[in-house]
Amino acid sequence: MSDASNTTKAGQKLSETVKVEHLKKYFPVQKSFLEQLFGRKMSYVKAVDDITFSVKRGEIFTLAGESGCGKTTTGRLIIRLLEPTAGAIYFNGVDTTKLKGEKLRLLRRKMQIIFQDPYASLSPRMKIVDAVGHPLEIHGLTTGKEKKKMVSEVLNKVGLTPPEQFINLYPHQLSGGQRQRVALARSIILNPEFIVADEPVSMIDVSLRATLIDLMLNLRKDLGLTYLFITHDLAVAKYISDRIAIMYLGKIVEMSSKESIFLNPMHPYTQALLSAIPIPNPERKRKRIELIGEVPSAINIPTGCRFHPRCPYKKDECSRKAPPITEVEKEHFVACHLIKS
Amino acid sequence: MPLLEINSLTVDYRTSRGAIRAVENVSFALKKGETLGLVGESGSGKSTLGLSIIRLVSYPGVIVKGHVKIDGKDIVRLPEHELRSVRGGKVAYIFQDPMTSLNPVKKISAHFVELIRTHEPNVNREEALERAKTVLKDLGIRPERINDYPHQFSGGMRQRIMIGLAIALNPGVVIADEPTTALDVIVQEKILDLLESLRNAYGMALILISHDLSIILERCDRVIVMYAGHMLEHASSTELHKNPMHPYTQGLLQSIPNVELADQKLAAIPGSPPNMLNPPRGCRFWPRCSYAKKICRTKEPPLIDIGHNHLVRCFKYHKSWSKVE
Repeated sequence: MSDASNTTKAGQKLSETVKVEHLKKYFPVQKSFLEQLFGRKMSYVKAVDDITFSVKRGEIFTLAGESGCGKTTTGRLIIRLLEPTAGAIYFNGVDTTKLKGEKLRLLRRKMQIIFQDPYASLSPRMKIVDAVGHPLEIHGLTTGKEKKKMVSEVLNKVGLTPPEQFINLYPHQLSGGQRQRVALARSIILNPEFIVADEPVSMIDVSLRATLIDLMLNLRKDLGLTYLFITHDLAVAKYISDRIAIMYLGKIVEMSSKESIFLNPMHPYTQALLSAIPIPNPERKRKRIELIGEVPSAINIPTGCRFHPRCPYKKDECSRKAPPITEVEKEHFVACHLIKS
Repeated sequence: MPLLEINSLTVDYRTSRGAIRAVENVSFALKKGETLGLVGESGSGKSTLGLSIIRLVSYPGVIVKGHVKIDGKDIVRLPEHELRSVRGGKVAYIFQDPMTSLNPVKKISAHFVELIRTHEPNVNREEALERAKTVLKDLGIRPERINDYPHQFSGGMRQRIMIGLAIALNPGVVIADEPTTALDVIVQEKILDLLESLRNAYGMALILISHDLSIILERCDRVIVMYAGHMLEHASSTELHKNPMHPYTQGLLQSIPNVELADQKLAAIPGSPPNMLNPPRGCRFWPRCSYAKKICRTKEPPLIDIGHNHLVRCFKYHKSWSKVE
């Protein structure tokens, strides 16, 4: 799959839908008047700080980590809802960070996003037919009867059947699970290749989550979709993903197939994260890995390895030098001084 | 005598569109040092049940029937001024959102001093502060941070402070309503560990309310499964895990991912929770149940004991089940 001839001009493999290189996003922190007066240096929240990964065609690639690790920012950068500070984002071989105007607009048909909160992501004043059909109008593809027909088709695909029953409803007449299906329908109506799903099931009732996850898996098969899945819930990540990247304070600390992340976690942070997942079995006692303190602020990032103040295995080196992310085993990347290939 | 005893508690929300029965005929008892889990989806009535225990359901919520006995005293019939000593003193409540539960313009010290001196007017400020510092130490927070404001703490630390305020008066029962839902997994684990160690150190009973069956099974001695205001199943967590009886409990267990299992196939429960303004007649779960027979649609199943203190509300476990249509 990875022979050099199958690459585009930009060096992206044809088997990859999205490739992210040295991506950075720094948000400036508002200075107070006094600070401006005394010319204090601008400070930044380094939400995403130099990450590189690629999403293969047809796979579900998951970014997992705690709140503030930069996973949502990464998702928004990829579909160009945010401007990156530095780095490149390739989509089918084209660096999207350089696109503007009409070209960017055409690109947006190919990549869509589903947000976490189905109560906030649908306009309360728009009927389902208009909300789901809105992308068609924005892109000037179709309106009226034709739009209604296409909306009915996608509603069928997401299991809101019969569509005539839903098409003229408003969001408040639907349950959370149904709303998330509407959001999913809206995201696939333009026949995209790539979908960023940002915590799509975390606000849905437990008994309904499984149907939504299975729906997403079926749509991947039927429509040939590629997903970037963003979640803090590692149990869900294990169920849905092909590959997983664990993020901590704006960096990827470990990245591999789901199997090797769960069977052979190498980074101490990954190990701690996995050991904290509750298991629905009262007789099973987990082996805990205790971490010191809490995640530091993304404004004052620790020197060297960002994880060292909390790491139970830290050495002198860890506070001085940031560990590069290296391929320790085949397709298994880790950023830790303690782990050598 | 149990520490807390609840008998056929029924709570209505009297809305303009009719009464919503949020909790119906719930009975259970709680012993000292025990952890009880209330698990259910949104709208199952678990939080309303928790709030009714200290009569904190606000209007239009009304307790229409039943008793809540704490140390033998019935809370439901207690006059308002006597309730104050119960709330905080005998039963404490930890809310879900640590960001909005603390007063942002008051220091942590003020929160503790107000709480302690309201309940024990003889204690002076210095003594109250000393006690607060001891509590902070138990929570793993440096005592000198008592002079900080809430915004200077992270979410996990604020939840620790909420827990500190809950246990400061050494209550017999602590009710924690989704205490870790707003927190990340690692912090969640630490908070749950803290609750467990405090329960052991202070000898209190704990009611843990959550939508997350994994947490409930892992942390509780006994579990009550709530659905649409009804108690569907009540058993020890080991029994419930090994031997789930109610089709809803079985469905829930199959719909949550378990990282320990290889190649798990999730199975969702069909349909969605009922609209509480117009709940189904008979068993509340029948529209989503694959076993439902005619009797389930017309008659409400009683809660029966099938042995080992395992209670379940389902006709399937009645002797006549095989005979009915």
